[in-house]
Amino acid sequence: MIEAANLTKYYGNHLAIENVSFKVEKGEVVGFLGPNGAGKTTTMRILTGFIPSSSGSARVAGYDVQTQSLEARRRIGYLPESVPLYRDMTVRSYLRFLAKIRGVPPTRREARIKEVMALCRIEGYADTHIGKLSKGYRQLVGVSQAILHEPEVLILDEPTIGIDPRQVVQIRQITKELGREHTVILSTHILPEVNMVCEKVIIMSRGKVVAVDRPQDISARLKGTQRYEIEARGPAKKLLARLRQVEGVRDVTAEGSGEQRRYTVECEPDRDVRDVLAAAVIESGLSLLGLKAHELDLEDIFLKLTAKERE
Amino acid sequence: MRNVLAIAEKELSTYFGSPWSYIITAVFLVVGGYGFGFTAVTYMETTVQGFLGWSSFFLLFLGPAMTMRLFAEEEKLGTLEILLTSPVRDVEVVLGKFLASLGMLAVMLVLSLFYPLLLAWFGSPDLGPIASGYLGIFLLGAIFLSIGLFASSLTANQIVAYVVGSVLVLVLWFIGQTAGVLGEKAGAVFRAIAVSTHFPDFGRGMIDTNTILYYVSITVVFLFLTVRSLETRRWR
Repeated sequence: MIEAANLTKYYGNHLAIENVSFKVEKGEVVGFLGPNGAGKTTTMRILTGFIPSSSGSARVAGYDVQTQSLEARRRIGYLPESVPLYRDMTVRSYLRFLAKIRGVPPTRREARIKEVMALCRIEGYADTHIGKLSKGYRQLVGVSQAILHEPEVLILDEPTIGIDPRQVVQIRQITKELGREHTVILSTHILPEVNMVCEKVIIMSRGKVVAVDRPQDISARLKGTQRYEIEARGPAKKLLARLRQVEGVRDVTAEGSGEQRRYTVECEPDRDVRDVLAAAVIESGLSLLGLKAHELDLEDIFLKLTAKERE
Repeated sequence: MRNVLAIAEKELSTYFGSPWSYIITAVFLVVGGYGFGFTAVTYMETTVQGFLGWSSFFLLFLGPAMTMRLFAEEEKLGTLEILLTSPVRDVEVVLGKFLASLGMLAVMLVLSLFYPLLLAWFGSPDLGPIASGYLGIFLLGAIFLSIGLFASSLTANQIVAYVVGSVLVLVLWFIGQTAGVLGEKAGAVFRAIAVSTHFPDFGRGMIDTNTILYYVSITVVFLFLTVRSLETRRWR
């Protein structure tokens, strides 16, 4: 449904993205993940035809976004990061205007506007000026304009940023619902969000795609070490020495000061040594306050991937 | 065409929703009315020459003011991103916005018909020159609006758009005055280029097809430049 091939974009001399390639199948919900300045917005702007790429090409629903821009744009719903809306218009008149230029047939227009407002739960604000709405509701208006013309592809640039938690949940839910029939790309730097709504992650860093996979596969792939966190009370020196002797342990670090400390133990994967570690703590004469195996989450993966990039 | 009308309709409703438009319209009518009253009373003429002279000069400043918002604001607020990623051609966006500003001008001119109506009430004016005069000022206004629209497409700052628009408009208006400095031949060329040279003919009831063509072409050229400017902003 979406195909990007070697997209490169320069702003003057500044290289924003380099050789970005990826594929998104019909019906997939894909998360674009990366820190600010990674090139997520630039990539999205190229896909939506807002800016041209310096080289490379992209196709949306089979149409080249540069040479068949109008056809491609007809099939894309887009919510830019800053959620730019006409503040002096009411929600209804705004949607009416966009329905016209997006080619929603006149007979279907009013019904569709109602549908979209109901889906985004903004019916109560239909006749309110957009400028008077809170950030969260403006975001919902932004989502409703993106889905107004029933596009095959939905591109949302950081749709949940800076709004209250209830509306975040609401937008995620809408995105999930839409993901059943639509192809969705959503950019974010909130990692749990990707786990919640996306079936595939594209991780970008410094203008490049550094990983494309399912969220769970990425964590599996990167599981080079298993980490344990131990909380114990007692002299640290003794315990550190003891822990280092445990078979499979690669590294131990202690955090905090005084009697009670937190220890991080890095071990070889595929072996559960919790019991051995617990015994080690007791044998060293310390009191064990807590012990848990640490699952690698997207946050860690992300740091690892981008660290790799820097090396 | 559907898109052009949708955009024009949206912009027109923004015009009517803004107090700024009412102030501009009021000032336009007052300034034009002063010119009208002045000639009507001083020279005891039943023409709208005074109105045309004063209001055309006022339009020099009004045209860029009416259009400065149209692109600069969208650029600044980022709303252009949603507009230009919708399935509309750049030329449709430009025409829609231009049409809206032209509609606003038409509203102002229709309101100013009060002055010729006064003439008709109290005297028996020659309707020919009044009609041609109105045609002239409409075409002249279209030029100023297209120039203002072009200036607005260059920047995200409305003030900059206004200044650039005004300078372009003033150059096109006063360029004929340079004739004295530049000598006969160059002077004649510049006098022909200046839109001010041709304008008084309309008020006298003379409709020269060349002038109309000239006025319309300037408008088209600036609309074309606006489309181009919109295209290049994607590359900036």
